[in-house]
Amino acid sequence: MHLLSLDSVSRDFDVSRPWLNRVLEREPRRILRAVDHVSFEISKGETLALVGESGCGKSTVARLIAGLYAPTEGHIAFSGSRLQMIFQDPYASLNPRWRVRKIIAEPMLFLKVQRPVEQFLLQVGLSADDAERYPHEFSGGQRQRISIARALAGEPDLLICDEPTSALDVSVQAQILNLMADLQDRLGLTYLFISHNLAVVSLVADRVGVMYLGRIVELAPASRLFSSPRHPYTRMLLDAVPDLAMTGKPRTPVAGEVPNPLAPPSGCSFHPRCRYATARCQVEVPRFSDGVACHAVEEGRIPI
Amino acid sequence: MILEVRGLSVQFPSRRGILTAVDDVSFSIAPGEVLGVVGESGAGKSMTGLAVIRLLEPPGRISAGEVRLEGRRIDNLRHEEMRRIRGRKIGVIFQDPLTSLNPLYTIGEQLEETILTHLPLSKSQAREHALSLLREVGIPAPEARYANYPHHFSGGMRQRVVIALALAAEPRLLIADEPTTALDVSIQAQIIALLKRLAAERGAAVMLITHDMGVIAETAQRVAVMYAGRIVELGPVRDVIHSPRHPYTVGLMGSIPKLGVKQDRLLQIEGAMPRLTAIPPGCAFNPRCPRRFDRCLTARPELLAAGTSRAACWLHAPA
Repeated sequence: MHLLSLDSVSRDFDVSRPWLNRVLEREPRRILRAVDHVSFEISKGETLALVGESGCGKSTVARLIAGLYAPTEGHIAFSGSRLQMIFQDPYASLNPRWRVRKIIAEPMLFLKVQRPVEQFLLQVGLSADDAERYPHEFSGGQRQRISIARALAGEPDLLICDEPTSALDVSVQAQILNLMADLQDRLGLTYLFISHNLAVVSLVADRVGVMYLGRIVELAPASRLFSSPRHPYTRMLLDAVPDLAMTGKPRTPVAGEVPNPLAPPSGCSFHPRCRYATARCQVEVPRFSDGVACHAVEEGRIPI
Repeated sequence: MILEVRGLSVQFPSRRGILTAVDDVSFSIAPGEVLGVVGESGAGKSMTGLAVIRLLEPPGRISAGEVRLEGRRIDNLRHEEMRRIRGRKIGVIFQDPLTSLNPLYTIGEQLEETILTHLPLSKSQAREHALSLLREVGIPAPEARYANYPHHFSGGMRQRVVIALALAAEPRLLIADEPTTALDVSIQAQIIALLKRLAAERGAAVMLITHDMGVIAETAQRVAVMYAGRIVELGPVRDVIHSPRHPYTVGLMGSIPKLGVKQDRLLQIEGAMPRLTAIPPGCAFNPRCPRRFDRCLTARPELLAAGTSRAACWLHAPA
């Protein structure tokens, strides 16, 4: 029994111009498909990460799971009872007029047992006195700790973390990532971790889904994905990460950019940037099977 | 040397007294060299860049030191003179390409205006020059994009236009402040490759300011690590990355997650960088330093020779 499962979930957004413009200028409705037939499962206690560049739909998936959007098609099944979210911007996600005590106590209003706020503050490495302070008195890293304390107070079965460290400096990011790992060990938490940073994902994730233009193109255990990526887009992303070890290993230069999601390319949406693309890729959408959605992989045309 | 900075300090008078955002910073950049300036937010890296080009927001001001461009002092020039040098000799690239581009003019008009202001060319020559710049920075079909407005371009393409604009007057010094931070990884890799190629081909000096050690590893030859307004370590990129000498750099490198390195936990520096109002006496890093000793609490270390680099740390004081 999975904690969460998504079955072919899609989400459309209507981005048409106003009615009068459409009538006068004879424009059709414009529909943006932000998430396109996404399926995956998360088991209890694991960390699944979704990675991709901006506009790939990873945050929309997070919001669909949190119930902030309803899916246009497909089903989401959640066998737990509560989930919590941690957002990217620790400045925008805490109410500036509330004391930390009230912020952390709020999710507990929906629980039968109220636990002391101080307990959660200590758990995330803050001190008990911090309960009486306001968010503006804290640094970015400390605010993200408050967000995590608030999320924990809701006793979630699943924690959705949408770019939780992207706004933080690297030394603070390290503190937060270590904290999240410790909490997972101690409390058996389950994370859905959304990030654009492949190095961060390689550190935290058990399994990784790579998204491109609303679709999952590859989904694999992290160790496998980072050691032997299969989809050409995954390979391109990995080659684009700056080489901090300065090994000087040869890399394929990155070509092109993400196309306009309002007019995605036909067939496999990655084909205009793919060096393995053939005529089939231009017309036929690749099926997701055995962890990857790619005609070239399926036909064995990509050297390993 | 194209750029030489000596003993540069930047101060801000405030209600809580005078704050020192940049404190006695010295470095130089040779022709064709990329110097990376790395640090966390508030370390003073952008402030150093702004001081060099004299674009500090008042009441911030240069309180000490000198800046020389090709041997000539530019920190004491009059406003008007500095303005001419800024466009002609120094090109600037900021993080957000939209703030550097005028939304009401086409990119062709903006390039031509910059070229005509600084170079003795006719209008048609300026157009030719602008097109060749756009080609050089990798804008496909520049003739077709010439009359487009900034909003017609994607983020990555806009940053290319900004780079073309910065290069328009063939500057000797290029200051790039977080040029790839707003971009996706695949675009970032393209922009890094572009900056690297241009610096090498044109023999310009590049000051690359970023928080991302990965970008520095890919682009720069030497790196200056800043902490609380000071340079704490300065040396060849490879040496600073592989064998950092200052305990802050050691912690910084250890806290970066690395691809292809199996690790359960990251090395963690406890605490946070001090605010400008509360810089501790002695070495500014001492409250967070795992290797501090008595001397660190009272005396502030200068940059001392440490292997092939220099580090501002008493661990490297000659015995």
